[in-house]
Amino acid sequence: MMSGSTILFYLLAALTLACGLLSVTTRHIFRAAIYVLFALIGIAGLYFWMEYEFIAAVQIVVYVGGIIVLIIFSIFLTQQAGEKLAKPALNRQLFSALAVFCGFALTLLQVFQHEFKAGAEPALAPTVANIGNNMLNISDSGYALPFEVISMLLLAALVGCIVIALRSKPETK
Amino acid sequence: MMEPGLYHILFISAALFFIGIYGFFTRRNLITMLMSTELILNSVNLNFIAFNKYLWPGKMDGLFFTVFVIAIAAAEAAVGIAIIINLYRSHQSIDVASAEDLKY
Repeated sequence: MMSGSTILFYLLAALTLACGLLSVTTRHIFRAAIYVLFALIGIAGLYFWMEYEFIAAVQIVVYVGGIIVLIIFSIFLTQQAGEKLAKPALNRQLFSALAVFCGFALTLLQVFQHEFKAGAEPALAPTVANIGNNMLNISDSGYALPFEVISMLLLAALVGCIVIALRSKPETK
Repeated sequence: MMEPGLYHILFISAALFFIGIYGFFTRRNLITMLMSTELILNSVNLNFIAFNKYLWPGKMDGLFFTVFVIAIAAAEAAVGIAIIINLYRSHQSIDVASAEDLKY
């Protein structure tokens, strides 16, 4: 008899993998975006299942609420309604599938042969207070410097997007 | 069926990674290629969280890496979509073949 948590895990895994597979094979680009959305929700569910609630919330806010909406808007801006994507050439499909299958088999072989050893330290609950204290401390194990670097990266991306999206002046065309 | 653990998560993440790789190889539309990269990045995040939970529960480095990967993925998607829309404006197409003018 399976417990509820086990059933939930397999449901979330099936949702994630099925939607991921559909999103790379469907020929409607809008449906592909929606399938990616559900695959990302499934991953957020797996984070909830592993009791990493903060990461699950970040996943939903940033990916589902941000990136997917951005992708859907760009589809609206660049795609004619009802237009299907071109079918990929058969030999490209075949060789991609072959390469992916070989890579997947190799990875699984390595993973299942390897014996992972768990660390012996006492568990640290991933609460928001623990995450904040550990991330922003300035000792050797802290992540204050990468945090600041990321903020500079986001600023640079913001400025870069504005520069790229600026309409060039008529006389320079 | 067994109780799900680290190996199950690693299986899901490997499968999702190679689904993303397959999409990246077969698609010729820049937006769908961008979606495939999002799937790949998510599989990596899942790995980080699983290792953090099952192997080093006393530390949080995997969690921080996931946060940073999510932040960088957001920046990457924003810049990528700005480039794609700009490309569409000048070429009326977002096929990857129309992006080869970039090299001149």
